[in-house]
Amino acid sequence: MDQQSDIASGPQGAGRHDTTLSAVRLGLRLLSVGPLLILIVLILAIGMVTPNFLSPGNVSNILAQTAVIAIVAMGQHLVILTRGIDLSVGANLALATVIGGLAYRWADSAVIVMLAMVLSGAAVGAVNGIVYVFGRLPHPFIITLATLSICRGLALQFAIGHTTMRGMPEAIATIGGASTFGVPNSFFVVFAVAAVLVVLAKAMVWGRWIYAVGGKPDAAVQMGIPVRGVLVSTYVISGLCAGIGAVVLAGRTQAGSPLYGNLLELDTIAAVIIGGASFLGGRGHVGHALIGAIMIGVIRNALNLLGVNIFFQMIAIGLIIVIAVEGDVLRNHLEARARSMHAGQG
Amino acid sequence: MSAATTPVLTVRHARKRFGAVDALKDVGLTANAGEVLALLGDNGAGKSTLIKCVSGVHELDEGEILIDGEPVAIHSPAAARRAGIETVYQDLALFDNLTPAQNFYCGREIAFPSWLPSGLRFLASRAMDQNAAEIIDRLKVRLPRFDAPVALMSGGQRQAIAVARAAVFARKVVILDEPTAALGLRESRKVLDLIRQLRAEGKAIILITHNMEHVVELADRAVVLRQGRKVGELKPSRANRQKLVSMIVGAEA
Repeated sequence: MDQQSDIASGPQGAGRHDTTLSAVRLGLRLLSVGPLLILIVLILAIGMVTPNFLSPGNVSNILAQTAVIAIVAMGQHLVILTRGIDLSVGANLALATVIGGLAYRWADSAVIVMLAMVLSGAAVGAVNGIVYVFGRLPHPFIITLATLSICRGLALQFAIGHTTMRGMPEAIATIGGASTFGVPNSFFVVFAVAAVLVVLAKAMVWGRWIYAVGGKPDAAVQMGIPVRGVLVSTYVISGLCAGIGAVVLAGRTQAGSPLYGNLLELDTIAAVIIGGASFLGGRGHVGHALIGAIMIGVIRNALNLLGVNIFFQMIAIGLIIVIAVEGDVLRNHLEARARSMHAGQG
Repeated sequence: MSAATTPVLTVRHARKRFGAVDALKDVGLTANAGEVLALLGDNGAGKSTLIKCVSGVHELDEGEILIDGEPVAIHSPAAARRAGIETVYQDLALFDNLTPAQNFYCGREIAFPSWLPSGLRFLASRAMDQNAAEIIDRLKVRLPRFDAPVALMSGGQRQAIAVARAAVFARKVVILDEPTAALGLRESRKVLDLIRQLRAEGKAIILITHNMEHVVELADRAVVLRQGRKVGELKPSRANRQKLVSMIVGAEA
């Protein structure tokens, strides 16, 4: 009776079976570290071809250029974890910089201007989340597409015909544009956002609920998780990250502009997927967003240094997205294999 | 059934209508501690409706549900859980992306500090891992890896995790909806052994199944529903197995 009670304890000596199973497990492990490996190989390879690539100046340059994508991608990653998508982040960021520019005309206070940008971003995120959840929309695609359009329109309207609104408080320019010990300050912002999100996602109950909602929404309801609140919160955080990205970008350029953040939604979605998070939801962490953002930055920078034209950059990033998504498909396939093999053991 | 002991769960005069359809017509049911009660009936007989009313997915139109002889109001799955009733549905409600321990505690995490709202607390991951491992060990469930997401586990292992989770959090009643329907022979056997063990631990178990072999082997009592009515209740045995089947299909010979 005791022997019978062992659920799926395999009979000993199923040697070939075990080898295949470990091969499947190895494959899964490789897939999980794949993006990081690719990034490292990419950096080493490019470093060998173009010596200038790894110079401190260029590295610092890459970091500065990547900061905005990285920050916004980390917010996007929470939304994608819940099987959603936030198409509004680019326009949201642009609107935030314009509102920052307006606030600056009203008061030369870094705190007020910064708050204006961050709150503007979070407010747009809240609209996305609330309309999606309480408007009972089947998918967040449409509402975030709508707010993309609305935010871009509002940004153009508020900028009253200007493409740039020059001037930002000193402190914001320092955050976005200056460096400390050769590291761009904007990258410290990236680390701060990453640290907060890692704690939220991995150490707090709320983060566990985000993964649960992404893993199986029906079951999350059955288990008594406040699914609606969790969903809305991810859009608010995504919007908040767009607002923080706005501070960095407006600081670096010392201006607000309704044209900022064009196609940033695609860069951030690409970063999350390239980094190794699953588009099917429930899988991924902040590191994936960071790796993906840096990979995009590295590829753009390297192709620039090599004098490859911008069209090819777009093609290269597109190809990498295809590879990443296929990796996701392969992962699901291997998991199904592992599952059926465990059943065979039982 | 001894008259001296109060049943853990009693359902009295349960009625439920969906539009013009009477899904349950004056159904009564008792479940006792340390007993497996089989709930039988053909598709559409009302088994699922009854179970969903007890587990808080639906609400009864009429009738009452008593736990230890005390009437309880079950308006939601959370209320059923608070009353000590856990249900394992056919889809298991497992999160593929979480580990067994994370699945165990999902929605009722061990976390601190207690003065914070529950969502903002910090996970006591080690405590949850240890507790879940102890429980899984106690129930003699073997998992290939304890730190891997359940996506990697077989149907039987997943079923075992879901049953173990229900067993641990159910203070009174565990309801199992066709726990072996999707399993192979060997994995079914292991789930049956797990149910035996829960019975030995003194839980009241309600088992829905179409497998008469399992009913005869495991159930202490069987209640048969047909077209929303209770049409019989008996102690299943090899001898009256045919009678049970005719009660289910309504062809009493």
